[in-house]
Amino acid sequence: MSTHAQSSRQLGLYARLRGGDSWSIGDRLGVAAAWGAGLLLCLIAAAIVLYMLVRGIQYLRLDEIFSHPVAGTDQSKNGGFLDPLEGTLLLTVIGTAIAAPVGVGIAVWLTEYGRPAGLARAVESCIEIVAGTPSIVLAIFGLLVFQQGFFSFLSYEATPGVAFGRSFFTAGVVMSLIALPLIVGASREALHSIPRHVREASYALGKDRISTIRRVLLPASRRGIGTGVALGMGRIVGDTAIVVILLGASLQNDPEGSIPGLSLLQGTGSTLTTYVYNNSPVGEGGSPEKAYAAAFVLLLIVIGLNFAVDLITRGRGPSWTR
Amino acid sequence: MDSLSDARGMDASRSLLAGAGQLAPPVRRIAPQAQPTVVEAPASGNGHTTTLGGLAPKLQRLPRADTTPLERMRTDRLSIAYGEKSAVNEVTLSVRQGEVLALIGPSGCGKTTLLRSLNRLVDLTPTAKRGGRILLDGEDVDSFDVTHLRRRVGMLFQQPNPFPMSIFDNVAYGLRERGSKKPSRRALEPAVTEALHRAGLFEEVKDNLEHPALALSGGQQQRLCIARSLAVEPEVLLLDEPCSALDPISTTTIEETIVGLRSEVAIVIVTHNLQQAQRVADHVAFMYLGDLIEYGEVEQVFNAPVAERTREYVSGTFG
Repeated sequence: MSTHAQSSRQLGLYARLRGGDSWSIGDRLGVAAAWGAGLLLCLIAAAIVLYMLVRGIQYLRLDEIFSHPVAGTDQSKNGGFLDPLEGTLLLTVIGTAIAAPVGVGIAVWLTEYGRPAGLARAVESCIEIVAGTPSIVLAIFGLLVFQQGFFSFLSYEATPGVAFGRSFFTAGVVMSLIALPLIVGASREALHSIPRHVREASYALGKDRISTIRRVLLPASRRGIGTGVALGMGRIVGDTAIVVILLGASLQNDPEGSIPGLSLLQGTGSTLTTYVYNNSPVGEGGSPEKAYAAAFVLLLIVIGLNFAVDLITRGRGPSWTR
Repeated sequence: MDSLSDARGMDASRSLLAGAGQLAPPVRRIAPQAQPTVVEAPASGNGHTTTLGGLAPKLQRLPRADTTPLERMRTDRLSIAYGEKSAVNEVTLSVRQGEVLALIGPSGCGKTTLLRSLNRLVDLTPTAKRGGRILLDGEDVDSFDVTHLRRRVGMLFQQPNPFPMSIFDNVAYGLRERGSKKPSRRALEPAVTEALHRAGLFEEVKDNLEHPALALSGGQQQRLCIARSLAVEPEVLLLDEPCSALDPISTTTIEETIVGLRSEVAIVIVTHNLQQAQRVADHVAFMYLGDLIEYGEVEQVFNAPVAERTREYVSGTFG
């Protein structure tokens, strides 16, 4: 047996739980709870990935990724999910293209200017409200807005003076709202972590605020911004409510009009999430094999995004002493 | 240590062996009793030399600037307050090229505020109010465009703060975006090389100019910051405790760089380190609670202070 001093240094998990040393009952319970929660989380994550992996390998065929979905309940004949996959990617691109510049812009304004102070505080609260609003509420609100005739260029005019309101454009705009708080938050944190004297060093060289932001602060915040964008993309990829309400969740992408490209954006479509929903046993499609295959692809995309976040945040960013 | 300083060391020991301190070429650091152009020999037995430690003799032997001191900046009854709290009270000081001015005093005495007012960095603090005048070459600094002023009055900070870009780009940073057209890398290269030479960093980084600046050591980073300031060719250089985050060897290198730059730019250094003030400064201003208590040549302030407060501070009674 080791001496008392040694055992307190090399205390194993079992010893801590057993209370072989001077640990109080509260500490022992805390350690047990922390370990329990951690292990449970790992188990759940592993179960999801393993289950989806098995199902995915079982049902996923490469041609499903490259073929259009076809109406029908016969799982051998109702095609693949090329359209939902395109829809997911397209919506993510649109949402990110709007949310990233706006979010970084808001973060820069809040941290570097913050004036007028009242407006800055209001914006902070608004971002929190948007972050806390369920996406289905945002979607319903988006539909209300985009059905105004004024916005018919984003979808198409259903009846004179009334826009249809559902399109890749309108869904993308609302998707940007759910990504925005994450991008603003991560960018603000990154900007905050740059010590004041780094900004002052740039001012002391005769630079103004805007070139300091462009040349020093934004490059120094690259990692934080990248993390926020990747997290935002993850939310867009995973959202279902907005797709159902604002994209139509149609079986195939359904371009509106005749201008190539634009017509796709003005038209309706679906994403992997709604495809999974529709083909799941509760949906109308009733093709669970397709649902599992698509869910597996969706999971791969999300894991890929997480991996990207890890890559971005790995290693050291610029570090200064405060 | 580089070979240059070794050579200087040998030179000194030779003159010591000859017992000819007075005959040595005009050197800086003046002993209290000696004529202004002669430096006290390192081992002359004066107690104050020993307090300087091993670093002092080398610095003491750097030659005095050739040029006659030329006034570059002047504060005229300068007062600064943060809201209701007064930080600097009616300070009149002169900053001259060809010499180093050290601002000393206990924490919160206003020395950093005074320093930061010289390039109007203090204006960034919304609550700061400034009274009196600050002149650069006889012109009120408020009459300049602030970006123009800050190119003429460079600054070095307590913590090394290179920007997250390459070594080259750091030094070139201040030179870019000056006019409407973007200067090419080739056009910037001579200025960048020159600035790195003047900051004593070129030999160490000449092969790695594209490497990220933040990968350098702390002392190298601080010299890079000096090079970055020098690249825009300032007339005045403000140093805010530039060595407080550095190890002794880097401190020595930086101090040598500072002393070497003295003839080209007017230098103001804020320091908590009294030995450092003795090593690098020609004139010292002692501040206490926002007031300028004493201003004089370094030997006078440290060895024969006029004010009681100064005497207590330099002898370590308070501060």
